[in-house]
Amino acid sequence: MTIGPFLVRRLGSGLLAILGACLLTFSFLHLVPGDPVDHLAGGDAPPGMRAAIEHCMELDRSLPAQFVGFLGHVVDGTLGHQCKNGDPGGPTVAARLAEVMPHTLALAVWGMLIAVVLALPLGVAAAIRRGSWLDTAATVVALSGIAVPQMMFAPLLLLWGFISLGWFPGPTEVGPRAIVLPAIAVGTHLMAMLARMTRSSMVEVLGEDYVRTARAKGLPEGRVLVLHALRNALLPVITIAGLQFGSLLSGAIIIENVFSRPGLGSTLIEAIRERNYPVVQGAVLVIAAIYVAVNLAVDLAYGLADPRIRRAE
Amino acid sequence: MTAGAADAEGTARRRPTGRTLSPSAWLGVAMLAVFVAAGIFGPIVAPYDLSLPHVELAHQFETGSAAHWLGTDGSGRDALSQLLWGARSALALSVIVVAISSVLGLAIGTVAGWFGGAVDEVVMRVVDVLMAFPGILLNIAIVATVAHPGIPLTVAALCANGWVGYARVARGQVLALRDRDYVTAAVALGASHRRVMARHLIPNLMGPALVQMSFGLGGVILIEASLSFLGIGPQLDYTWGAMLEQARNFLWNTEWVRVYAVVPGLAITWVVLGANLLGDGLRDRLDPRQRGRDGGR
Repeated sequence: MTIGPFLVRRLGSGLLAILGACLLTFSFLHLVPGDPVDHLAGGDAPPGMRAAIEHCMELDRSLPAQFVGFLGHVVDGTLGHQCKNGDPGGPTVAARLAEVMPHTLALAVWGMLIAVVLALPLGVAAAIRRGSWLDTAATVVALSGIAVPQMMFAPLLLLWGFISLGWFPGPTEVGPRAIVLPAIAVGTHLMAMLARMTRSSMVEVLGEDYVRTARAKGLPEGRVLVLHALRNALLPVITIAGLQFGSLLSGAIIIENVFSRPGLGSTLIEAIRERNYPVVQGAVLVIAAIYVAVNLAVDLAYGLADPRIRRAE
Repeated sequence: MTAGAADAEGTARRRPTGRTLSPSAWLGVAMLAVFVAAGIFGPIVAPYDLSLPHVELAHQFETGSAAHWLGTDGSGRDALSQLLWGARSALALSVIVVAISSVLGLAIGTVAGWFGGAVDEVVMRVVDVLMAFPGILLNIAIVATVAHPGIPLTVAALCANGWVGYARVARGQVLALRDRDYVTAAVALGASHRRVMARHLIPNLMGPALVQMSFGLGGVILIEASLSFLGIGPQLDYTWGAMLEQARNFLWNTEWVRVYAVVPGLAITWVVLGANLLGDGLRDRLDPRQRGRDGGR
C-alpha cells in the first residue's frame, strides 16, 4: 500500500552504493602503480601518441575533475571512450559493454532456467519424503553441487560433451548449441543452492497450521502441496534465485573463461589487465547497477508475493 | 577451523543440556581434520621433492603407476606431491584469511550494532558498497592490478570483502542482545563501552560467528582456487587451483586429464564439503527454534 517511501529509501541507498563502488574503483585505479598509457600505447610510442591517449582518457586533468568527467559520461550515456590509439572517436565504452551483454544475458537466463527446473522438483520431493533415500540422495546432489569446484566440473563437462562424445560445439564456436554446455555448468551449480533452500523452506511450511487445516478440509494432497505449501515455500527461494541471477549477470567468470565466451565479467578482467581505466569504470558501474537493481526487484517481488509483508510496510 | 572445532566442544561443555553436534557435523570435523593433517604433515611425507627443478620429460603426463600413484604433470612432476604441497598452501591461506576477516568483521559489526546511529549508518553504507561487487569480482579486481600478486596481496584481496559477512552476523546479534537484562545491568553498574562489548556481547555472539567461520573457510578455499585457476592467484609453488589450470590447458590429453583434474578437484570438494557439513551442524544446534523444541537451552 504505502510502497512509495520504501521505494524512495531503497533507491537512494542503492544509488549511494553504486556511487560508492565507482568512487572505490576510481581511487583504487589511481592508487596502484602502473601507467595506463604504457599499457595502451606500448613502451616505445611516439610522445604525440602518448599525449593523445592521455588527453583522450582525461588523465591530464586533476583527480576530482576526472571523476566528475566520468559522471558526465554516465549522464550522456557513453560511459567514456576506449581510447585505443588515443582516438576518442572510436567505439564508446557503452558500445563495448553492449556488445557482450547479450552473451552474459543468454548464459544467465539459460543457466537459471536449468537450475530452477532441476531444483524445485528435487527440493519438493526431498521435503515430502523427508528421511527417505530420496531425501538423502537429494542432499548429496545438492551438497556436491556446492562443493565441487566449477574449475573441475566445467573442463570435464567440456571434455565429455565436446571431445569424447562430440555432441556439442567447443569453445569459441557460436550458434544456439554453443550455449548448452556452459548453461549446464552454470545451472547445475546454482541448482544445488536452490534445491537446498526449496527443501528446508518446504519442510518448514509443511509443518504450518494452514497446511494441516487444508489437509483437514479434505483437499487433495496435490492441491495442498502446490497451492498451499509450495506457494509459501517459494518466497525464500525467490530471494536466493534473484541474488544468484544478479551475480550471474555480472559474469560467470570461470565458465566464461573455460568456454572462451565473451561476457561482462571477462571484459572487466581484460580491462583491468590492460589498465583501460574508462572500460574498468564503466563495467564496474554497470555491474553494481545490475546488482542493486536485482536486489531491489527481489525485495519488491517478495512484497508482491507475500501480502503480509505488504501490510507490514 | 581447528579453533572452530575446539570452540564448538567448549560450547558443548558449557551447555551440557544442549543438543550435541549431529553425526554429519562430526563427519565434517573429521574431513577438516584430514585436511589440516595433510596441510601440516603432507609436505613432509610427500614422496618427491618438488623444489628441485628436475623436469623429467620421460615421465610426462603419466596417469598413475607404482612410482607416481596419482601420475605426473606436464613437466613430469609427481601429482601426489603437488596435491600435498597444495594442501599446505590452502591451509595456510584459509586460516590466515578467516582469522583476519573474522576478527576485523566481528569488531566492526559489534561496534556498529552497539553504538548505532551515525557509526552504524557509515558501516552499513560501506557494507552496501562492498556487497555491490558480486561474487569474486572484487577479489579479482584487487589481485589483477599487479602482474604477480604475492601472498600479502592475495590475503588482502580475500579479506577486503571477507569481513563483511562477519560484520553482518555480529551486528545482527548485537542488535538482538543489546536490550537483554544482563547488558542493561552491566551498563547500569558503570561498565565501559569496551567492557560491555568485550565481556558481554562478543562472547555471546561467538556461536553464529563460528557458523560463519565454518562456511567462510569453504568460501576462501574456492575463491583462492578460482584465482589460481585464472592465473592471478598467489605465486605459491603449488596450489590446487594451479593444478586445475594445468589440467584445463591440456584438455586434449583426455586420459591424463581424467586423473590430473579430478585429484585437486576432489581435494577442494573434500574441504568445502567438510566445512559446509560442520557449518550446517553448528547452525542447527544454535537455531533457537530447534532449542525451543527441546525445552530450553
